[in-house]
Amino acid sequence: MKYKILKKEHLNNFINLLSQRQKVFAPVKKGEKHFVFEEVTSAAPISIKYIPTILPPKKFFMPQNETLLEYNTHEGQNMEAVVEIQDIVLFGVHTCDIAGIQYLNLVFTDRPKDLNYLLRKNSITIIGLECNDYCDEYASCNLMENALPNGGYDLFFTDLGDYFIVHVNTLAGDNIIEITRLFEEASHAQLDELDKLRANKRKIFKNEIDADITDIPALFEKGQQSKVWEDNGNRCLACGNCTNTCPTCYCFDVIDELNLDLKSGKRYRAWDSCQSEPFAKVAGGESFRKSRTQRQKHRFNRKFKFSVDKYSRYSCTGCGRCSRACMAKINLKETLTALVKEHK
Amino acid sequence: MTRDKKKLTITESEYHIKKGKIVKVKQMTEAEMFFEIALADNENLNHDPGQFVEVSIFGVGEAPISISSSPTKRGSFDLCVRKVGKVTEALHKMHVGDEVGIRGPFGKGFPVRNLEGNDLLIVAAGLGIVPLRSLINYVLDNRREFGKVTILCGCKTPQNMLFGDEIDLWQKRLDINFSCTVDKADPEWQGNVGLITSLIPGVDVYPQHTYGIVVGPPVMYKFVIKELLAKKIPESHIIVSLERHMKCGLGKCGHCQINNLYCCQDGPVFSYDKIMPLEEAI
Repeated sequence: MKYKILKKEHLNNFINLLSQRQKVFAPVKKGEKHFVFEEVTSAAPISIKYIPTILPPKKFFMPQNETLLEYNTHEGQNMEAVVEIQDIVLFGVHTCDIAGIQYLNLVFTDRPKDLNYLLRKNSITIIGLECNDYCDEYASCNLMENALPNGGYDLFFTDLGDYFIVHVNTLAGDNIIEITRLFEEASHAQLDELDKLRANKRKIFKNEIDADITDIPALFEKGQQSKVWEDNGNRCLACGNCTNTCPTCYCFDVIDELNLDLKSGKRYRAWDSCQSEPFAKVAGGESFRKSRTQRQKHRFNRKFKFSVDKYSRYSCTGCGRCSRACMAKINLKETLTALVKEHK
Repeated sequence: MTRDKKKLTITESEYHIKKGKIVKVKQMTEAEMFFEIALADNENLNHDPGQFVEVSIFGVGEAPISISSSPTKRGSFDLCVRKVGKVTEALHKMHVGDEVGIRGPFGKGFPVRNLEGNDLLIVAAGLGIVPLRSLINYVLDNRREFGKVTILCGCKTPQNMLFGDEIDLWQKRLDINFSCTVDKADPEWQGNVGLITSLIPGVDVYPQHTYGIVVGPPVMYKFVIKELLAKKIPESHIIVSLERHMKCGLGKCGHCQINNLYCCQDGPVFSYDKIMPLEEAI
């Protein structure tokens, strides 16, 4: 295990050096409680303490609109499958969002593999950043076992006052250490500080709902007919904010766009939402998930049941974005708590 | 390392498309058109009966279409397309010699290995005959491997009947039992009138050795399955193919999800015991 130290006075230099080599994106404050991953060239705009960004890092791995094919029908049906990639560094990714990327990796590596995703993923360097405390009341990262780092990054920064202690997890991460030449060896005392912080975190981060994570799939099993879904369905506006902001939602639509020459164009995929009514419509017009109640239940099942059945992994990361972004104030923690009360 | 975006061509992408040339077109009914398509160099599609392809018309889009021919037919494959959306509408305007894009075959087809050595009771309602024709022709081309084969075919009116010429031939064959019904007859109709469920009670079945294979509109499944269960055919021997909008065909886009299953990868063919607990299935 390799740990390094970056003194905070060197952070600006670090970001600047990185940005000369490739684009660097980091959390930047946009308003009261609103942060976005935005390109930076210095440390000044970066918010080291931030609550989850409006959109998760998913937007870099699976862009909202992504070209899959380009075609030209001037002479026959000619086309090329394409992927657009760019070497970038994501700085300051929280553990919940790293868990989101890990889940997407699982989905897109599952056969048939998605080369667009996998090629792009390999061009993105991830520098994690520890949350020393809860970001806000919507988070349930401890329940989802994402309050502490579980890999999935190249470098991982923990703020220890005057300096960051940095876990070097990959050769790509080590390469950054070598190139920037701003890091020092971590001392035993500094490693002890990290241990102390993590011990303290274990006291601060408590189970956010009255249930053990391992009980949740069974809870969903029992709760398929729960009135919780109806309550959520009655309130849901089907706006899709929850799925757009979710770090693990990856459903998409496939759309053809013709250029003005009416001969050439592209086929792209765009984020779609299982909360919209036409999502599960078939050719004859029948919809297999007509009601908002059914669609809300489907969304929760995908986070806490289907993903566990298929990948032995929850696809909720506990980031709290769906609750924060919900116009109808449907709250994930309240939904789970209501399920617990009904079925425990 | 570069700060610029790079665009790579990836021929091994699952979104890469093969060119298919239309070699035969035939108007079947007012809404349905038959297409025979050959891939470049007459490359075989190598599908299983019951699988589907994604058909592309650039500038319009892509749509999942059931393959209607048996894999025993070599060099080209058949599609029967109902005009229901913009891709199918554009397809209906195409002619022999035109090119379309083909991805696939996708999904799990009918479990032909399991069906071998058993009696088959094939129930086709409406457009259900389209994917079932791939199985029926496979079975007829390998007739010795199967026991008693019964085909029940139903549609709304005689004008809606698809593959009428072939149905006439099936009716004459001695090695299959074939019955046909329409919901509403016209004066020329000589056959049975009534829902397809009305044909099932009259079929003689050895339940443990029979597979009931059912494809039709969503509304039909519950009623037909009820009749098959009444014949004591085990739930695991009832095979259905379900319709969903499979946009990517790769188990990713989410549109065809049935509870925890992706219709495009786990289906579209399922045995009833697998989907029975799923409230979104039928």
